[in-house]
Amino acid sequence: MSFWYDPVAFIAEWLRGVLLGWGMAPEGAAFVLTALGAAIMPLLAMLFVIFLIWYERKLIGRIQNRFGPNRVGPFGLIQPFADMLKIFIKEYITPIGADWLPYNLAPVLSVGGVLLIWAVIPFSATIMGVNLNVGLVYIIAAGGLGALSFLLAGWGSNNKYAMIGGFRSVAQLISYEVPMVVSLLMPVMLTGSLGINDLVKAQTIPFIVTLPAAAAIFFITSVAEAGRAPFDLVEAESELVAGFNVEYSGLKFGMFFVGEFLHAFTISLLFSTLFLGGWRGPGAETYPLLGFLYLVIKTFLVYFVVILFRGSLPRFRIDQMMDLTWKVLTPLALVSLVVTALLAKPLAGIPALQAVVLFVVNAILLMVFFSVAGKRATPKRAIVGKPRPLATPHHEDVSA
Amino acid sequence: MLNDWLFVGIFFVVAMFLPAAAITIAGFLAPKKPNPIKNSTYECGIETVGPAWIQFKAQYYVFTLVFLVFDVEMVLLFPWAVAYNQMKLFAIVEGVLFVLILLGGLVYAWKKRALEWV
Repeated sequence: MSFWYDPVAFIAEWLRGVLLGWGMAPEGAAFVLTALGAAIMPLLAMLFVIFLIWYERKLIGRIQNRFGPNRVGPFGLIQPFADMLKIFIKEYITPIGADWLPYNLAPVLSVGGVLLIWAVIPFSATIMGVNLNVGLVYIIAAGGLGALSFLLAGWGSNNKYAMIGGFRSVAQLISYEVPMVVSLLMPVMLTGSLGINDLVKAQTIPFIVTLPAAAAIFFITSVAEAGRAPFDLVEAESELVAGFNVEYSGLKFGMFFVGEFLHAFTISLLFSTLFLGGWRGPGAETYPLLGFLYLVIKTFLVYFVVILFRGSLPRFRIDQMMDLTWKVLTPLALVSLVVTALLAKPLAGIPALQAVVLFVVNAILLMVFFSVAGKRATPKRAIVGKPRPLATPHHEDVSA
Repeated sequence: MLNDWLFVGIFFVVAMFLPAAAITIAGFLAPKKPNPIKNSTYECGIETVGPAWIQFKAQYYVFTLVFLVFDVEMVLLFPWAVAYNQMKLFAIVEGVLFVLILLGGLVYAWKKRALEWV
């Protein structure tokens, strides 16, 4: 086995050899390797955020016809490091009457909850944390943990605006979890397993082709669960001073942002793993490193769309947001689940035909729901009184 | 199998430790000059009235009840979805009927105006 074939396994084997050479028991060596893997992965993920901040700022800048960071280092690449150094030496201002435990737990949980998802994501055919047999349920649970931090922050701050932000986050979380979980049932049905690597291996045809409705629902709901624009009602500056994070400062405030950027990237990673075929691609089975490259390309494509969402869509009103999930996404998810369940089984013998039929039916469902139900979900508001022209001079007759 | 959960356990500890350690280190580096005005609750500049932990109107209360129904449904449907490939058509129709009943419940809640943000 050479280094370029599968670097992680190569280094792991080499380390095991070293540890055994020191006279360590095989179980002990295995434990050390597990612990090392579990320690390095979140560390890399957190360091990766520094790059993500630069990427997102640069892209948002281009969308808004600006340059984005371009002064510090080549293309402004060093800018996030400078920002990080600055935020590290900022004072923590704890408001009077804050509840110590929730107040301090919230920023930790907002990053930690997202990092937990990385434990089960397969980065290539062999490079993965762990292939849990309940991986998908684990991901849903860990995703909920990140949103819990908004609630803790809102409660612990002893601030009414933060509290309203926390309240909204609960409403958002419980509403968007329903269609999300239903949409995830469909890939599970076609795979017959909850393990993430099994889900990737089952995608000879990526699930976005066979289940476009589920893919759309999962994308929208996961953006909502990350609390990003256009669903960032928990931190709506225009109505709630800054939302759940009003009373935070210094790195505690920074941690919420690290959590948000990481969550945005993690949902892109999840989407490309569950619906775009993950590490699959030509030659990925034999060369795991190639699979990693495919996953990175796919993930950055999805991440680009997530940032495009943020850059181009205005924020929802809260009742519109609740209408979208309960009156459009949830019925669509349930109908799509019923149709997929009834159609996939009789056609299971002929995979190509099954894929075509599922694609056509789900695409039609998606279009019908988003055009018809989307228009009717929010009733049109009647204009009260007569509309009047905006720019009329008031004293026409006086001047004449 | 146990090894898998050991990995997740260590991962959990490290994932929680990293941000906590960063916050603690920054706490040592940062200045500490609190004063009563700086530490007062910030709400648009006017002095705050009363504590924040009072009775708020939880507008999502009815949503929560509907969510509870669906959450229990998920727990029941995940095993069904995993076993989908091995099931006979009868069992699949059973599951579909279950989902349809829930869809009926959703329509009922909708018609009763439970899904309105008030």
